[in-house]
Amino acid sequence: MEWFRIKRDIPFMRHALIFNVISLVTFLIAVGSLATRGLNLGVDFTGGTVMEVAYAEAADLGKIRESLARLGFTDASVQNFGTSRDVLIRLPLKQGVSSAKLSEQVIQELQKEDTRVEMRRVEFVGPQVGRELLENGALALLFVSLGIVAYLAFRFEWKFGVATIIANLHDTVIIVGCFSIFQWEFSLPVLAAVLAILGYSVNESVVVFDRVRETFRNRKMRNLTVAQILDHAITATMSRTMITHGCTQIMVCAMLIFGGETLYYFALALTIGILFGIYSSVLVASPIVMYLGVSREDLARPEVQKKPGESGAVV
Amino acid sequence: MNRYSLWQYLLIAATLVVGLLYTLPNFFGEVPAVQIQPHRVTLKADSALLGRVEDILKKGNIAPAGLFLDAASVKARFADTDTQIRAKDLLQSQLGEDYVIALNLLPNSPRWLASIGALPMYLGLDLRGGVYFLLQVDMKAAIAKKMEATLNDVRSNLREKRIQYSGVAREGQGIAVRFREQPMREKGLQEISRALPDLDLRTVDDAGEFRIVATLKPEAQKKTQDFALQQNITTLRNRVNELGVAEPIIQQQGADRVVVQLPGVQDTAKAKDILGRTATLEVRMVDDEATGNPAVIQAALAGQVPFGDEIYVERGGAPVLVRKQVVLTGDRINDAQPGFDNQTGEPAVHINLDGAGARIFHQVTRENVGKRMAILLFEKGKGEVVTAPVIRSEIPGGRVQISGRMTTQEAHDVALLLRAGALAAPMEIIEERTVGPSLGAENIRIGFQSTWYGFAAIAVFMIAYYMLFGVFSIIALSANVLFLIALLSMLQATLTLPGMAGIALTIGMAIDANVLINERVREELRNGNTPQAAIHAGYDRAWGTILDSNITTLIAGVFLFLLGSGPVKGFAVVLCLGILTSQFSSVMVSRAMVNLYYGGQRRLEKISIGQIWRPQAATKV
Repeated sequence: MEWFRIKRDIPFMRHALIFNVISLVTFLIAVGSLATRGLNLGVDFTGGTVMEVAYAEAADLGKIRESLARLGFTDASVQNFGTSRDVLIRLPLKQGVSSAKLSEQVIQELQKEDTRVEMRRVEFVGPQVGRELLENGALALLFVSLGIVAYLAFRFEWKFGVATIIANLHDTVIIVGCFSIFQWEFSLPVLAAVLAILGYSVNESVVVFDRVRETFRNRKMRNLTVAQILDHAITATMSRTMITHGCTQIMVCAMLIFGGETLYYFALALTIGILFGIYSSVLVASPIVMYLGVSREDLARPEVQKKPGESGAVV
Repeated sequence: MNRYSLWQYLLIAATLVVGLLYTLPNFFGEVPAVQIQPHRVTLKADSALLGRVEDILKKGNIAPAGLFLDAASVKARFADTDTQIRAKDLLQSQLGEDYVIALNLLPNSPRWLASIGALPMYLGLDLRGGVYFLLQVDMKAAIAKKMEATLNDVRSNLREKRIQYSGVAREGQGIAVRFREQPMREKGLQEISRALPDLDLRTVDDAGEFRIVATLKPEAQKKTQDFALQQNITTLRNRVNELGVAEPIIQQQGADRVVVQLPGVQDTAKAKDILGRTATLEVRMVDDEATGNPAVIQAALAGQVPFGDEIYVERGGAPVLVRKQVVLTGDRINDAQPGFDNQTGEPAVHINLDGAGARIFHQVTRENVGKRMAILLFEKGKGEVVTAPVIRSEIPGGRVQISGRMTTQEAHDVALLLRAGALAAPMEIIEERTVGPSLGAENIRIGFQSTWYGFAAIAVFMIAYYMLFGVFSIIALSANVLFLIALLSMLQATLTLPGMAGIALTIGMAIDANVLINERVREELRNGNTPQAAIHAGYDRAWGTILDSNITTLIAGVFLFLLGSGPVKGFAVVLCLGILTSQFSSVMVSRAMVNLYYGGQRRLEKISIGQIWRPQAATKV
């Protein structure tokens, strides 16, 4: 099988402007949503209590709400979780009530209605812990970005580093933007997925840029323009790009389908990240490199430096 | 050119064997076991204990599947959980309170595997079920308590040396001692700085009064905080021992936090109950005169508390006026047991005090026969009088019995609280994660299933697309999973559900290296290179690219590890390890197979890497 039968280099760079407009529009939508709607932050970041309870039969959410209201939780969120028997209860932080007592109280109250209710999971996060987790998450994002720029600048050239990180931060904003637009819960695992994607989709740019460097150094391709070289590099790596991401996506899909509720949003963030990662690291990063004015001289250092003492002859 | 030397093949074979060995324990599963651990330092887990356990089980007609001794405990394996629970109950009743008898799960792998240190992966709480707490120690309260104790010391020191002062009181973060005359203050200053070197002393003169203001030195403050934290950890450890948890983790986190992890705890409510009682204990004298006067009580309830007293409510509901001065704190209590009064048969609590506690107690009881003392329990800054017994006689020797107005259960509870020791400072749960055992098992199933399905789908695709090279890639990918699991088992890193997701993601990402190589080989073939040259160029050129892309992911993984917490840290560990193993397996292991298969053939015409499409060929048609 050979799926990608491309005869000539596809002139991506000729349409760079269109890609840039698409990127800008999606980016602005994401930022707009983040600014107006904000994120539906999970209990990890806001603090509060999440309880997962399981019933033997389909749960009556109305009755659960009544039970909670009797305890004074009128602003609790009660919803099904996976199946109709599993229920997720979210309780906001309450001053002066200990978490330990709170979940006990709730389960006792629920048992009054139905003795077969089983507590499966409790998560309580105090306000200061939530704040710290949020701060550490932001710090991790910053350090990962800086680390990647530094590495790419060292390995290639600063223009590539900057272009890559812009492309990938654009991904990050779009993933987070999707979570804002659809008000999906943004939890700690989702943040981990976002950071993993940041590292992962940089791969894509690295592969393309590696090829760019190789093409710049290739004597046969000396008379190509920068745009043509970028086109060539993207086209040449296209097949690999699609297959690799396809494979990663197969794995993520398996998580999305079989991973249950816990991994659902984690896998969802990865999915969006992979899809946008393909697009952005190729079609956002490359034009930026071009705009930054990359030239043959930036990369075309002699590939092999002769070690001292070695004779020029090669067998 | 596509040949590895013998040592390279041997090296790869050796790593595979080691990987397999250390992955093996994960397949044997776990068996129910009971773990017997001495509760006191004076008792040791030795062959005598082993014999005793064997004896008890034999008498109870319970046959263990295995019985052995390790560094700190005796462990007995059982065929099923029913026997395990019966054995636990039996051992509990026979061995008594001196041993912690805990239910546990032990790896079922053969002895020789355990002897080379091959253990199954260490599962996180979200996979095996259990409780995780993050507790914050109230350091302000610890300092305040220290200052309260210091205040007493200052007072008694000055009294002892007959240095006349007009008053000692807390003042903000410190203590102020007031004197009427300057010479007395000079003497006081000398005495305090001699007796209490932990204090920073400063003199203040105003309005005909001479004062010494004492504050804790910064290093003493730090020492107090460290001590409070250590004391709390010790106390928590004792309380956890009461619970009978097999492998509890109780450790310091940062300057003022404690992490408690109780894996496999079935009764989470009880665990929370015992740990959640973040109580401190104090023994103080009751102000009998004022308490006996209804008018004073009324006034106190309205806010007019007599000087030097505080008002608390006794468990029965009656208000009691208690002296502010602390006679004893909970850390003076060595042991406490529930029992019965010898004469009346009423439920009672027997307390054993340490040396200093016994001396103080003796003195106080001698001076206060007929009066009442109160044992106060402070939970989250709220005090309650647990019991306020009348002192019938002088009590020497530090053996104290409290009885009267107590049920058996109450006596048991009070004893447990006293025995577990008091906390040096109050603690608050600031984070809690509880996972029920059924959810843990389900999480393992979910994680395993999604990884397996994803892996199978990738395998089918890779083999269909790249033929034999696809098979090589998949074998290399399997080797990667093997190495990853072996590494996780060796390091005993905690595997969490996000960690399992990390394994899945690593598989999805590690295949990238092989796709990159295979595509490159195809491209070289397309450009008209011979198969051998194409293989060589494909692997050679792909190496640098793979390294680059792995390093960027590694950067993300490392920062995630440094800044992440709990389950996310587990994800980061797996991600980082997976990248390292994939660099080896995707390139070296798959290369070894390709070399072994094709490397020896001199006139290689065709390699099985799927169809190679050439633009020229397409234009011909």
